Amino acid sequence: MLRMKLAALAAAGSLAGGTASAQVEIEYWQYFFDARVTAMETLIENFEEANPDITVTMTHFPYADYRTKVAAAIPAGEGPDVVQLFYGWLNDYIEAELIQPLPTDTFDPEVIDAEFFPMVGAMKRDGQYFALPTAVRSLALFYNERLFEEAGIEGPPETLDEMVEIAAALTERDGAGNITQVGITTGMTAQDHHWFREVLVRQFGGEPYTDDYRNVNWNSEAGQAALEFYAGLESEHGVTASGFMDEPQAAFKAQRAGMHIDGSFRIGSLEDVRGLRYGVAELPAGPDGTRSNYSSYWVNAITTKAEGERYDAAVRFMEYVVSDEAMQIWLDVVGELPAKPSVGLTDENANDPTFGPFIRGLDYAHTTKFADESAQRQILVDMLARVDIEGQDMAESLAEAAAAEQAILDEYYGE
Amino acid sequence: MFKNLTIRQKQIAWAWAFLAVPVIFYVVIRFYPTGNAFVISFQEWNLLGTRSWTGLDNYVKLWNDPVFWKVFINTFEYLLIGTPISLLISFIIAYHLDKVRTAHGFLRMLYFLPFMTSAVAMAWVWRWFYQPVPTGLFNNMLASVGIPQIAFLNSTTNALPAVLAPAVWAGLGFQVIIFMAGLRAIPTSYYEAARIDGVGWWTQLTQITIPLLRPTIVFIVVFSSIGFLRIFDHVFNMTTNNPGGPLNATKPLVLMIYETAFSSFDMGYAAAQTVVLFLILLVVSLIQLRLLRSD
Repeated sequence: MLRMKLAALAAAGSLAGGTASAQVEIEYWQYFFDARVTAMETLIENFEEANPDITVTMTHFPYADYRTKVAAAIPAGEGPDVVQLFYGWLNDYIEAELIQPLPTDTFDPEVIDAEFFPMVGAMKRDGQYFALPTAVRSLALFYNERLFEEAGIEGPPETLDEMVEIAAALTERDGAGNITQVGITTGMTAQDHHWFREVLVRQFGGEPYTDDYRNVNWNSEAGQAALEFYAGLESEHGVTASGFMDEPQAAFKAQRAGMHIDGSFRIGSLEDVRGLRYGVAELPAGPDGTRSNYSSYWVNAITTKAEGERYDAAVRFMEYVVSDEAMQIWLDVVGELPAKPSVGLTDENANDPTFGPFIRGLDYAHTTKFADESAQRQILVDMLARVDIEGQDMAESLAEAAAAEQAILDEYYGE
Repeated sequence: MFKNLTIRQKQIAWAWAFLAVPVIFYVVIRFYPTGNAFVISFQEWNLLGTRSWTGLDNYVKLWNDPVFWKVFINTFEYLLIGTPISLLISFIIAYHLDKVRTAHGFLRMLYFLPFMTSAVAMAWVWRWFYQPVPTGLFNNMLASVGIPQIAFLNSTTNALPAVLAPAVWAGLGFQVIIFMAGLRAIPTSYYEAARIDGVGWWTQLTQITIPLLRPTIVFIVVFSSIGFLRIFDHVFNMTTNNPGGPLNATKPLVLMIYETAFSSFDMGYAAAQTVVLFLILLVVSLIQLRLLRSD
């Protein structure tokens, strides 16, 4: 459907843009990540071919400077017409009037609701979409096939209980009892804080937040069970050591970890590790069979700088970068998952041994609406540290952390 | 008109003409941002939207922020542990190195090398040294002789000294060189006279060397104090997974400012912290200069 529209628009565009003077130039900004830049270059090339009257120039910055540069450039009229943003920044950008809503005639909210994975709903304000992703990310369980074979384990765990059992079989210690190989990596500083919030809390029967992520709800029985399970991996089952080999992904790359929970964006860097044979599985199901996942994404949006014919060109470009074709290119080049089931859940993609588990996870994934992601992560990091290092009672630490996170949310939403 | 001025006035006019360029340059790149930081500290600004005035809100928030007080204490721990230790060690090294005749230049270079190395690279190497078995050098050594592992970085008590150690070590080279220059500047005739009078080394040290090193000591104390009060790169790189952790045990003020500004994007609050850091640096430096001023 979109592609047909696109073709029609392209035709209209080439009619309108008969002369060289009608050439419109728009700017696209994203942060620098090699594969993302390559993918976008391909998309721009394809788009310009179909829309000869539009030129798109891409600018990219190191991630560390990205947000600052965008913030400084748009109000000065210097910035991009179409910009890539982290989904968690959307509120700030809307509030600062740096981006404008997508026109409902081309981006019909009902069509988007029906065609995209449900978590893009986080980009909707008052019935209108402000931004859309080309690709999304989710979590899955990476496992080391060689270590599995050596331990005589047939396949990845289906449930949390199985996961603990397998992890125990994979854990190795030296004579003094020091852990030298972990069954599963842990680290709230990596992806585990997402695993805790959106996966474990739900699997133990809770809901992490209420009222559209404005109220912390994991200071509950479910939250406590989730924390007990998570902390228990080290203290009770002894199948992990937090901070083992500095970073979880480092331990997995060094083949000193049997299992590792991480995002789809890790695939690229694991591909380059020599001698590492790994498999990917969906996150283990909870005690009652509940599956859950966390998904995050980068979105594209039209800035308030785009006006007149540049606005029209930006709309057409936006339409292309969220098209099925663009999503498949993004998956092939960057390894990030398509944002629409129509592309993601094709037989080929959904059964891909590497991407498949991530894509299937999208179906039941949740997207946390963060007020300040790093501060909210820090709270969970500290919650565990108080239990681990200072021996604080779990329930107490849980309550303290929940109160601290609520304070952040309250301040952000101005309550 | 210029002709009618006196010679002295002409000199002043010329002096200002030459000074104008650096003065303007200094005002633009130094005083303007500093002034701006003071202004932002009374505002709320997330880099994106417009700035709005909030009066003393940021300072009130800072006063009531337990993390700030933890960080405040940490910052002074860095100062109060780091400065005397580095001063003492560098003096002992310089004092003995000064007496070494063989391979003097080579030894001096060895001490100076860490100072030239990038703090980032050094912090990462030390971070690996501190890891638990099987990656950490120190813990592997302990484990091989049957001593239980020590949680260097993953501990609220050990982490700060563990982070401080490489910072002290890195700064030693510079301080040693300065001390040696100070030692060389003391006329040898004083020592010759002392020897003729049969004075022991201790008396020579306390009556000649240290009093005459006073300007050098003042310089090093002020310089290294400012360095420890502004410590950032070592801490940040050794604890990137959990910046300033665990449980803020290693977080210095500069790291708190950095996080507030560039991960929480709370520029007003970060500016308020910066103003506080500026005042601390000012007060500490003034006190030290007054205490150590030679009368």
